[in-house]
Amino acid sequence: MERIPIVKIGEILLVSIQTDLHDQAALGLQRDLLEKIQNTSARGVLIDISVIDIVDSFLGRVLSDTASMAGIMNATVVVVGIQPSVAITLVELGLELKRIHTALNVERGLALLQQKIGGIERVPVGAVEGPGSRPERRVNQNGR
Amino acid sequence: MVAKRPISLPITNELDIVKARQEVRSYAQSLGFSLVDQTRVTTAVSELVRNIVKYAVKGTLDLEMTEKGARKGLRIVCRDEGPGIPDIELAMKEGYTTGKGLGYGLPGAKRLVDQFEIWSEVGKGTRVTIIKWQ
Repeated sequence: MERIPIVKIGEILLVSIQTDLHDQAALGLQRDLLEKIQNTSARGVLIDISVIDIVDSFLGRVLSDTASMAGIMNATVVVVGIQPSVAITLVELGLELKRIHTALNVERGLALLQQKIGGIERVPVGAVEGPGSRPERRVNQNGR
Repeated sequence: MVAKRPISLPITNELDIVKARQEVRSYAQSLGFSLVDQTRVTTAVSELVRNIVKYAVKGTLDLEMTEKGARKGLRIVCRDEGPGIPDIELAMKEGYTTGKGLGYGLPGAKRLVDQFEIWSEVGKGTRVTIIKWQ
């Protein structure tokens, strides 16, 4: 079965879905992502679906579930690159993907993730560990 | 435009769902459908064909061009000889499903097309006919 590559950059995992996924491939990606979150302690996941021209209820559900599952593992998922025709169809289908964060493109998605997880740039390298030394990590957890 | 020939696709496994989506999109494209309408009808078929794979194991997808005056349309028939749907009215209700909680299938597909017709008989099978006008 084909596997979708997952790239790690800092605390973020990047996935770019490049083909129309069959159901097992979508579920495989979900499993791979959760394992990778565990293995790498990633705090954010960015899924780029800009080349995907159809999201049906199954894929919509898999994306939503993945975001919830990653959330339980303390990682935030942002889906980016949803095409206008896909957005229209999703809403008409009744799947509004309310549970997932979305951003227009990769750049904005990364900015959103940085904001949500207190991005790598904002954590000084070699910061002194101790009480109150890493305030960025404690705020903005979105209730989780 | 040259009249498009009908296409018939056997549906036997989940890879056929992907194949069905590709065929429907390219058929709709060749009939001059807008990108949004291509996506609507392709998504509707994805929902219907998944039901075949999930509940009936195998079935058939038929695509053909239809006309009403100067208007072209895409007529799609999705049929199987599976277990059938005991209560169609209930299956057409929002959120109702007998599978793994993936509601939306039928009512969602219906909203994405212009005409939607369903026939089903327990023990005999199910046939869904949809039309999307250009």
